[in-house]
Amino acid sequence: MQRLLRLATAGSVDDGKSTLIGRLLYDSKAIFEDQLESIERTSRDKGDEYTNLALLTDGLRAEREQGITIDVAYRYFATPKRKFIIADTPGHVQYTRNMVTGASTADLALILIDARKGVLEQSRRHALLSTILGIPHLVACVNKMDLVDYSVSHFEAIREEFSNFVARQDVRDLTFIPISALHGDNVVTRSPNMSWYEGPPLLAYLEDLHIASDRNLTDARFPVQYVVRPQARDWHDYRGYAGTVASGVFRAGDDVVVLPSGMASTIRSIDTYDGPVAEAFASMAVVITLDDDIDISRGDMMVRPTNRPVVGQDLDATICWMDDGAALETGATYLLKHTTRAVKAVVKAVNYRLDIVTLHRDQTAESLRLNEIGRVTLRTTEPLLYDEYQMNRATGSFILIDPHSYSTVGAGMLRRPQS
Amino acid sequence: MGAVTGPLELSNLKALEAESVHILREVAAEFDRPVLLFSGGKDSIVMLHLAAKAFWPAAIPFPVLHVDTGHNFEEVLETRDRWTERLGLQLLVASVQDDIDAGRVKERTGPGASRNPLQTTTLLRAIREQRFDAVFGGARRDEEKARAKERVFSFRDEFGQWDPKTQRPELWSLYNGRHHQGEHIRVFPLSNWTELDIWQYIEAERLEIPPIYYAHHREVVVRDGMLLAVSPYLALAEGEQPFVAQVRFRTVGDATCTGCVESAAVTIDEVVAEVAATRRTERGATRADDRISETGMEDRKREGYF
Repeated sequence: MQRLLRLATAGSVDDGKSTLIGRLLYDSKAIFEDQLESIERTSRDKGDEYTNLALLTDGLRAEREQGITIDVAYRYFATPKRKFIIADTPGHVQYTRNMVTGASTADLALILIDARKGVLEQSRRHALLSTILGIPHLVACVNKMDLVDYSVSHFEAIREEFSNFVARQDVRDLTFIPISALHGDNVVTRSPNMSWYEGPPLLAYLEDLHIASDRNLTDARFPVQYVVRPQARDWHDYRGYAGTVASGVFRAGDDVVVLPSGMASTIRSIDTYDGPVAEAFASMAVVITLDDDIDISRGDMMVRPTNRPVVGQDLDATICWMDDGAALETGATYLLKHTTRAVKAVVKAVNYRLDIVTLHRDQTAESLRLNEIGRVTLRTTEPLLYDEYQMNRATGSFILIDPHSYSTVGAGMLRRPQS
Repeated sequence: MGAVTGPLELSNLKALEAESVHILREVAAEFDRPVLLFSGGKDSIVMLHLAAKAFWPAAIPFPVLHVDTGHNFEEVLETRDRWTERLGLQLLVASVQDDIDAGRVKERTGPGASRNPLQTTTLLRAIREQRFDAVFGGARRDEEKARAKERVFSFRDEFGQWDPKTQRPELWSLYNGRHHQGEHIRVFPLSNWTELDIWQYIEAERLEIPPIYYAHHREVVVRDGMLLAVSPYLALAEGEQPFVAQVRFRTVGDATCTGCVESAAVTIDEVVAEVAATRRTERGATRADDRISETGMEDRKREGYF
């Protein structure tokens, strides 16, 4: 069975990220001849000495004109073992919001480190953002090994420095791979130049990485998205609750509680267009019917009676601010979308602003500007049904929407309430 | 979504299906007047099938809209009508001819002329007249580099325009569909599907698609390195000699700008094998409308194109 892996990359033009992605795409035949001809022509017209693989991902006019990556680009490639979705984001600090966006759905983050330069501020920032966004796997690609004579001591020094930095954070899985994206060392095939490296090349690592157990299969959470009531004679009494299982597993016959009402019932069936299924697990989109006729609507959540989420209106969250206009300020009100529930939220306090390189917490901060990350207390008009983000990305995340412009202005990750 | 394979894991196609179903339901729950763009082409067929899955056992709770250039392949219209009839859907047709007749757009004539760019006016008129607030499109991010940057929920201002620089950040599966009156959201449930995914899904789900996607013999001419079907709508340039070739279509759009490729693939598994092995993108191989310039798609999208 071919499975899906979502990865996020971040980096600037000169650290070899585009070359690496270009090589993965080209060697897995995901770059097509007409795309290559097109960027070769553009590179030639611009007088470049080499084919600029960044043109493959920099699709917007402004990006081509300025030679920079502004926005998240999604790239796709597949091998017989796996399909990959790459969220390719710019690495500069002024594009933190784009990195956060690309990282929000990733299973794995690729962090590039230039072997000549060692661990720079940018690599630290990427690692920290990956951790905040709860990406389970980090792969540090020590690139340009050809320029340090494939030296094992260079590699080991970088490994030690980066491991020490990361040790201060909650990283679940960190892997180092020495590569040369330009020459293809350890990208798709093993490098003959680094016999001291005993691990797999990058592509083999990505193909074989076990991600199934990253998902939360413990806490059964089913946010009701849509009520299905067919207006047809054959289905006259049918009332089903459509949604995507956020986490955990539901089975026909399971006892459930519907929150926030607290009404109890039993799952009669789990239906799909292709027929009923015995169980539904995280990320499956299904329709659940219950034995009892109780009042349930969008925004409610089905859970197991013995394993319930937090129900609360006072939220403690890490927020990345994304608005290039106004700052997040104490007292401001926003629309908040969490699972299938939309409420209003007022900012009660900005507790601190986090320096995403030094990890310093500035507790005098009273606002968050574009691309800043901080710890914020919010109060909502109605209770949310949530879990801690680091345990459950689906029920621990929310977005803030400006009530006037309707722009998405903030991304939030919930923490357990302090009791 | 039937069989579960392996230890609580979904295959690539099942994961894509679940994501698309989630998007379709989210729109039905949050918008007043959604509509699904349906041309009878393979991507819109997959999208419609996913919509049938999303709301089953209820019917799809919105109509479908065909923006009709009038330059159609007959087989595609027949397939379109069979699909909408089978699902009991209301099919709306917005006709480019009406806008030409009313003088709202001017048609170019001669070789190289196509009604494809005129569709934007017709689409935006239909959205305005019927007050649609969410418009499902079958575009995929792997098709084209401007599309690679577009959101699943893509905001359009009161003029129907897309501004790539002010796109809303889109995180997790939390989609922001908020808009003011007169604005709308284009929604792309197939964003993360590739051409190969589409074909594998058509094979797995045994979906009916127009027969011109399979190899057949037809009269064609060579233009700009592409094979274009000879039809009453295609004006031939001087020196263009029609000849019969065995071809199939990889995309189906306006008959005057959609090319075909030489192929012997007459069954779905042969098509899947051919798509897996091809070294040219479907738009690069067959779409004259993308060849205008390096940013041809971005420019058209800004104005409100699909």
